[in-house]
Amino acid sequence: MTSIGTGYDLSASTYSPDGRIFQVEYANKAVENSGTAIGLRVKDGVVLAVEKLVHSKLLVPGANRRIQTIDRHIGLATAGLLADGRSISNRARDEGASIRSTFHEQATVKAISQRLGMFAQAYTLYSSVRPFGISTIIGGVDKNGPSLYIIEPSGVCLGYHGAAVGKGRQLAKTELEKLKLSELSTREAVMEAARIIYLVHDDNKEKEFELEMSWIGSETNNLHVPVPSDLLKEAETKAKDALENFE
Amino acid sequence: MNRLKAGEVNLGTSIMAVQFDKGVVIGADSRTTTGSYIANRVTDKLTHIHDRIYCCRSGSAADTQAVADNVHYYLQIYTQLNGTPPPVEVAAGMFQKICYENKDALSAGIIVAGWDKEVGPSVYNIPLGGGLFRQPWAIGGSGSTYVYGYCDATYQDGWGRDETVDFVRNTLALAMSRDGSSGGVIRMCVITEDGVERMFVPGNELPKFWEGREVLSGPAKKLVTEGVMPMSVE
Repeated sequence: MTSIGTGYDLSASTYSPDGRIFQVEYANKAVENSGTAIGLRVKDGVVLAVEKLVHSKLLVPGANRRIQTIDRHIGLATAGLLADGRSISNRARDEGASIRSTFHEQATVKAISQRLGMFAQAYTLYSSVRPFGISTIIGGVDKNGPSLYIIEPSGVCLGYHGAAVGKGRQLAKTELEKLKLSELSTREAVMEAARIIYLVHDDNKEKEFELEMSWIGSETNNLHVPVPSDLLKEAETKAKDALENFE
Repeated sequence: MNRLKAGEVNLGTSIMAVQFDKGVVIGADSRTTTGSYIANRVTDKLTHIHDRIYCCRSGSAADTQAVADNVHYYLQIYTQLNGTPPPVEVAAGMFQKICYENKDALSAGIIVAGWDKEVGPSVYNIPLGGGLFRQPWAIGGSGSTYVYGYCDATYQDGWGRDETVDFVRNTLALAMSRDGSSGGVIRMCVITEDGVERMFVPGNELPKFWEGREVLSGPAKKLVTEGVMPMSVE
């Protein structure tokens, strides 16, 4: 961290001499400390999965959800500061409602993602605010079919077949690359997503985690809903089995 | 209840739109009035909203032009945002929103019609209060009241392009002949996937129907019996 002490990292409104904005890079650090979140865009839908690290045994199971519903057909998963994730999903819901009212049409995932990108980018311009400490995976099924986007703290917004953010993103990405995502069904993708989350979880460093999964696809009538508990259990059992055979 | 201001230009109109298998036919008369004065006898009330979406305007000329301009603007934004042309439903929804939210300030009766790749041809009627109704055919303006019966009796599902054009032309001619605030020429557009074709019927070539004749003039005693024929009505 050569940047420390130079003074260029104190505000998002100042570039360093070599053209970087350190506050945005620090925001990415906040994302890297978070449990992994992944998204799979497959043949007939989208699956979102989150490795939710449980900080305290006193927490009620299912507390602090990191997957949110934005519109009937759109879901969003965040990695990074939990409260920033809630703030961005509130904004996403507002954007969805705004598009609905001006165009009399369900918002596309692309339209909402691009607006969230603009929103996040605005927080990289001023000394009075800090950039969002989250990377957002947003997915859904609209009139253009399934789509999946990531919005980074810098405001960059890109579409993906498979997305991974947070602590275990590197390993998750190599696993996602092995899959033929455009041929998978959502049901198969649920199994793969669970397997990847269990795989990237580091037992040595973090003790407990909860697997949080949601899907949107032909099986859910293109609505964003949590993966049903029996399917979730099945996926978790398969994931644990696969993990034992992995190495 | 007269919402028009003194001297406001009015589209005391006959307008209509009809969908057929491959597209829609829209049509309108060409009369614009300020009171009894014809401000424009060759008005174009068929207004371009997007590549394959048009609207027929009735009510205040100023109000409907402003609303149409507004929707035109938002549909350009829509096209940039989505990279695809807007469905007719989206255009109609925008008209409806403006007409409903400003119902106290506007006098606008609009028919939106066009073709899109999602549903093909469609016609939406947006009457005075700002409702939104999808219909196979719609008529509007002051002249329309005279021809509801004709339309109900004549329209049939499954027409092709040429039958639909004839229907629109005849209906408008009938409406224009009865309605004092409608008249001039007939303007029509055929909107299909391939494009928009404009059509024009000059005022001296309007289809003619029974126009009445002088009957039973003079004293009642001197009844004319020779040469009296039954009226020929189709």
